[in-house]
Amino acid sequence: MNLAYRDIRHNLGRFLLTCFGLSLLLGVVLSMIGIYRGLVEDALTLVRTPAVDVWVVESGTRGPFAESSRIPGDTREAIARLQGVSAAGSVTYQSAETRHGSEKLRLYVVGYEPGRPGGPDRIAGGRPIGRSHYEMVADKRTGLSTGSRVELGRDTFTVVGLTDDQVSSGGDPVIYITLKDSQQLQFELAPPAARREIARGSSPGDTDTINAVIARVSPNVSPESVAEAARRWKHLAAMSQAEQERILTRSVVERARKQIGLFTALLLIVSAVIIALILYTMTMDKLREIATLKLIGAPDRTIVGLILQQALAMGTIGFGFGALLITSIKDYFPRRVVLLPEDGLALAAAVILVCVLSSALGVRLALKVDPATALGG
Amino acid sequence: MSNPDSETPLVQVRNVSKHFGDGDTRVDALRDVSLEVHPGEVVALLGPSGSGKTTLLNVIGCILEPSTGWLSLDGEVVYDGRWLRSDLRKLRLEKVGFIFQFHNLLPFLDSTDNVAVVLSLAGFGKDESKRRAIELLDYLEVGHRKNAMPANLSGGEAQRVAIARALANRPRIILADEPTAALDSERAGIVMDLLRKVAVEQEAAILAVTHDEKIFDRFDRIFHLRDGRLDDQNT
Repeated sequence: MNLAYRDIRHNLGRFLLTCFGLSLLLGVVLSMIGIYRGLVEDALTLVRTPAVDVWVVESGTRGPFAESSRIPGDTREAIARLQGVSAAGSVTYQSAETRHGSEKLRLYVVGYEPGRPGGPDRIAGGRPIGRSHYEMVADKRTGLSTGSRVELGRDTFTVVGLTDDQVSSGGDPVIYITLKDSQQLQFELAPPAARREIARGSSPGDTDTINAVIARVSPNVSPESVAEAARRWKHLAAMSQAEQERILTRSVVERARKQIGLFTALLLIVSAVIIALILYTMTMDKLREIATLKLIGAPDRTIVGLILQQALAMGTIGFGFGALLITSIKDYFPRRVVLLPEDGLALAAAVILVCVLSSALGVRLALKVDPATALGG
Repeated sequence: MSNPDSETPLVQVRNVSKHFGDGDTRVDALRDVSLEVHPGEVVALLGPSGSGKTTLLNVIGCILEPSTGWLSLDGEVVYDGRWLRSDLRKLRLEKVGFIFQFHNLLPFLDSTDNVAVVLSLAGFGKDESKRRAIELLDYLEVGHRKNAMPANLSGGEAQRVAIARALANRPRIILADEPTAALDSERAGIVMDLLRKVAVEQEAAILAVTHDEKIFDRFDRIFHLRDGRLDDQNT
């Protein structure tokens, strides 16, 4: 006879309500883990999308994401000629804000040379950029669709293709435009400023500047050897893909990552305390029944089983509801929530462990109950 | 009624004392108490509040360890200066049935399972436990309420289910704490008749703590406790 099941069935509404409350709490814990993963994933998306091995940036910087980096536009040709480089591309990165209809759009603009590394890795709808000017590929999170027209700087761009899950480390959706367009957007002076420069007798400025050159190396060639070769130019710095990823996760999103990590840990502790209190209260409610069971001869294992099984049922149902809830609403979060199976399993294991440990309080209480309590008097 | 002189007592209490605390705070709850209850007997423990009735019941029920004395249940010496069995719960399961003032049925089990739970604890299979539980409920004339939850039983019905639970593992000693206190006269009479029936038919010894004057005439003997001592005037 399973007493835990019978007791749950007897107070089913209250038990399910408790499980629901716990599921909301565990859902929040799971979503925080998902947000944490999403933050790291978002930060790495931009750096992984071009699928390159070496990043060449301005000397003395750790650009182009952690720090500003400006290098001459012809650097790409020099890097492409290095031994072992199979492909190289120039790229620019900048934030921009515009409006589409009544909506304000914050965008992260990537300029690249079509046909070279740096563009979107996969087009989810429409086509890649085919013209040299005023076309863009936008991430679906912008809310734009193919054919939409968006003003950027002094020009109007047409969305020709769409991507999935391309966002910056700040969570802004990414758009891709040609390098020429992005250079104009980033470096060209506004007409009044350009006229003033001409009036002063200076050039309005060379816009052939880029933020980085990215390069793929041939198989069996070490990216480090290519980076080393690039560093011989004193105005350049170079790093491998792994170094660039480390900079992003250990520098650019480090503080946010720690903040979310700490908050997640705190939530787990709060969950553990709440689970312990719930189990303790559930046991308190049953003290007379437990005393009666002891009096009629129930061994300790029956009492422990009653409490432990209810604790595990509550943890399992609470986690199940929570996971289901977050899985079904995660796409409505403003930032990406990445739910990895291993994270879910780890949290489930943690919840089970917390339930077992928390039930120790209730078990201790139950084992101390004097069977004479059932007799009263 | 049994013949106390011709049979081995089911309950033998010899020179049992129990005190709580020491020094200035010492309270002597039982002082040198001795009594015997034979098979088929229904006896009452009477006394004012604080006289030691419940303490004596707890000692006989192996819930409370005496300070000194000797105790035998159903022919087995269970206490002689110390408990002679390590697993007292198993001892209770085998030898003693309890009936409470407020029935103390498990609220999450129906009548049948409240009785079957004892059999289940004693190692009977599920079907056998259910079958015997229903037999007992029928025997106590409450079989028609076998599927009812305790909250839906009347006071008399609940107490009869509680008696069925106390009898489930066929203990020969039934300890009852104010078994009729929550019942009216008619239902109290029915419960006492049932206890008498059990004592006679199952050759059990029934020891009840009570204040209920309306059932005094239903007992074979009455032990009076005062300040932890049994009166000489036991009737």
